[in-house]
Amino acid sequence: MVVQTRKSVNCRTARLEVPKEPKPPLRTDAPLLQVRDLRTNILGPASLALAAGECVAVKGPSGAGKTLLLRAIADLDPNQGLVSLEGRDRSTIPGPEWRRLVGYMPAEPGWWAETVGEHFGDWTAAAAVVTNLGLPEEAKSWPIARLSTGERLRLALVRALIMQPKVLLLDEPTAALDAASVAAVESLIAIRIRAGLAVLWVTHDADQAGRIARRRLVVEAGSVREEVGQWPATLP
Amino acid sequence: MASYIALSYWDLALASVLVLIDAVLSVLFGLQIHRSLLVAAIRMAVQLTVIGLVLTALFSLVSPLWTGLAVLAMILLAGQEVMQRQDRRLSGLWSFGLGTGCMMMSSVLVTAFALLTAIRPSPWYDPRYAIPLLGMILGNCMTGIALGLNTLTTSLMLRRASVEAQLMLGATRWDAAAPVTRDALRSALMPTINSMSATGLVSLPGMMTGQILSGVPPVEAVKYQILVMFLIAGGTGFGAVAAVLGGVYRLTDARHRLRLDRLGTAQAI
Repeated sequence: MVVQTRKSVNCRTARLEVPKEPKPPLRTDAPLLQVRDLRTNILGPASLALAAGECVAVKGPSGAGKTLLLRAIADLDPNQGLVSLEGRDRSTIPGPEWRRLVGYMPAEPGWWAETVGEHFGDWTAAAAVVTNLGLPEEAKSWPIARLSTGERLRLALVRALIMQPKVLLLDEPTAALDAASVAAVESLIAIRIRAGLAVLWVTHDADQAGRIARRRLVVEAGSVREEVGQWPATLP
Repeated sequence: MASYIALSYWDLALASVLVLIDAVLSVLFGLQIHRSLLVAAIRMAVQLTVIGLVLTALFSLVSPLWTGLAVLAMILLAGQEVMQRQDRRLSGLWSFGLGTGCMMMSSVLVTAFALLTAIRPSPWYDPRYAIPLLGMILGNCMTGIALGLNTLTTSLMLRRASVEAQLMLGATRWDAAAPVTRDALRSALMPTINSMSATGLVSLPGMMTGQILSGVPPVEAVKYQILVMFLIAGGTGFGAVAAVLGGVYRLTDARHRLRLDRLGTAQAI
């Protein structure tokens, strides 16, 4: 009897530790990224919080201000409001350091040199991630001008990931990818999320939003709100 | 010493027939440029005559005040010209102030350097030396700064994504703008480099020819020309570096953001 009771207790504990939707180990109640009343010329006051190991999908019609929201959080455009990371006010952190902590990958990534390798400080660190995303290691010597849109997106993602940011802002990172590459990108980012990375992921694809995120933000006409209620239907 | 041949106004009238022939050719070939050609020729004659009178007055006065005012007027006119040559101007006072300030700094510095070291007229501000020297340095500095600033603003617009890509990865504004800054400085200094390498082979510089025509031995005229070339290279270099770095400073901010909103709308040219 005693033994059985112990066993049953063990089973319950085990089930609790591995729930149906595994919670990331680093996730805590205190938000990693806190945004309060963020405003630009176009964007209305936006507030949101992101915990470590959390992914939030951002959707909304084209031109609604999704990109502007991400740019404002990365501090690439003039903006007002309070943004903090781990309780540190953004205004106390120099711009370049902030952008290394809060990485941003735009929908159309920019390139400043002729070959792929020149955009990576340390190619050996990048190579492992590059091969994960279905590109060969020789991609280092490829000229930027001959890359396809999908190759550019994947390489830009690698570039952003190897900076080891705490938060990653993704603007339609899989928009031009085939199904296999989309899966590779999603699983790569899921691994980073389980390790504590927080992600804001702009996507037009409702199925993708269901796969990657538990929460959804909707950006409409420059204002941001959290979507509640409807989305769990897409979950299995 | 002076063994030059003075020209009469009839000599000039005779030479002006050449411009009239150009105008006739323009009419014959339907080039539609005879009008602007004649206007330009008349402007040139009137402007140079006025300058001749002004210089005569300045040279006879040898006054630091009037020399200084003439220098200021030249710099302000050059600043206006730099502003006119921009496709995209900086907003606010910067559009006139940046180019003008940098030209003032570099051309005055380099002219004073030449007057105080190499030429040493007495007094050192003697307008007979100061004004022509400043004019030559300012003219080249103006071209360099206008080209440098125009290259900077247009390349920042065209290569915005590449500059911002570096900012996104944690580069400082100076690092992110470095490729564009280099291009701007290169285009600012290219005309000076080209003119230095071609001079004497392809073209004889105006100042040197002028001195030779007025009876100065060629070797002496050449020495002056070499001095002036060095002064021009120095003045254009300082001015262009200051203007381009000032432009990068203005088009980015303390949070290391690219601020193309600080450019005005495109100029109709």
